[in-house]
Amino acid sequence: MSLLVAQDLHKSFGKTHALEGAGLTIRAGEIVAVMGPSGSGKSTLLHCIAGILPPDSGVVRYGDRELTSMSDRERSELRRTDFGFVFQFGQLVPELTCLENVALPLRLSGMKRRAAERAARDWMAKLEVDGVADQRPGETSGGQGQRVAIARALVTEPKVVFADEPTGALDSLNGERVMHLLTSAARETGAAVVLVTHEARVAAYSDREVVVRDGKARDVEFVR
Amino acid sequence: MAIGHALLGLLEGGPRHGYDLKRAYDERFGQHRPLAYGQVYSTLSRLLKNGLVAEAGVEAGDGPERRRYAITDAGVTDVERWLGTPEKPEPYLQNTLYSKVVLALLSGRSATDVLDVQRSAHLGTMRELTRRKADGDLADQLICDFALFHLEADLRWLELTAARLDKLAAEVGK
Ligand SMILES: Nc1ncnc2c1ncn2[C@@H]1O[C@H](COP(=O)(O)OP(=O)(O)O)[C@@H](O)[C@H]1O
Ligand SMILES: [Mg+2]
Repeated sequence: MSLLVAQDLHKSFGKTHALEGAGLTIRAGEIVAVMGPSGSGKSTLLHCIAGILPPDSGVVRYGDRELTSMSDRERSELRRTDFGFVFQFGQLVPELTCLENVALPLRLSGMKRRAAERAARDWMAKLEVDGVADQRPGETSGGQGQRVAIARALVTEPKVVFADEPTGALDSLNGERVMHLLTSAARETGAAVVLVTHEARVAAYSDREVVVRDGKARDVEFVR
Repeated sequence: MAIGHALLGLLEGGPRHGYDLKRAYDERFGQHRPLAYGQVYSTLSRLLKNGLVAEAGVEAGDGPERRRYAITDAGVTDVERWLGTPEKPEPYLQNTLYSKVVLALLSGRSATDVLDVQRSAHLGTMRELTRRKADGDLADQLICDFALFHLEADLRWLELTAARLDKLAAEVGK
């Protein structure tokens, strides 16, 4: 069943045509790698399908709703309830402890502090970072910070996790660990993952790949 | 992998029967390709002829499986030399792939398709290795990682070539 469908997306930044007719389909629970050379439009595509950036033209559908015709408010509400995000650098709030960071999305949805922190602790344990719960992000290693960020992305049990070069700042060993934990956690909760990466070893954790070349996405079905 | 050297190396741990050697080999190195008995015995007879192993007792009964083999001093020296000599860094696939790309361009077919199909196959194998790694022990992980890094290197070449196809097409067309 297709969960997220993008068709004929165009997006320009001044004279730069970042997307020129890109499209893709994400089914519930699948892990899709978005690959392609640097500057090919991967991040722009991700931002457009995740409702962060409105495309100049084209349609993005999520279930039976059309992202591209929602108001900013509706879109940010949808992002909060249904989507999770992981970027190259954790983007954790430096003043909060790691536990508070992971609990934050639940608190923003109105959950009581104790319940939110209990759920946050469970997710931190799954990602093997419960040891840094009381530390601030600045006191953790890069690999730990990314795993905290993944716990934060998954704590709301989103339907789709958008990950843009989640291992880009990590060494091979930490990158592997992050990918292993991210994909196993996503499979456990049934979340789909849109994984932007230019690294094949990272893409190898996906079920199939989509290649972006010159602002166009080319869907490659992987036959197992 | 040089089976002879692997068997010699295993014999450094002590004399063994051929069957025993096969089992030890399969356990350590034969994940994908277990040795055939015939291979074991033909390799052993070659090693015997070259003085790298010697017979170390025969049990009652007959058949090659009764015979025990031990490594000789010459065998040990041979293992040492083998371990000290680097493998030839072989550009094994590039020749074939390069030929395919050039032929596609020459014949007016899509070289991008050739590269895409190859990339997809490479990634498919990498997925399988990644899955096997998740279920395996440390030895499996290291063996899979070795293959993964090599496939990744091929893929980087595929990407780079894809980015240079226009230039290559111009050169090939000359
Ligand atoms: N906010 C922006 N302002 C101007 N140009 C941008 C912006 N974001 C992306 N671009 C340009 O759009 C193109 C695609 O960028 P991007 O989607 O980030 O590619 P990728 O993630 O594949 O490296 C690039 O040429 C990039 O410079
Ligand atoms: Mg990017």
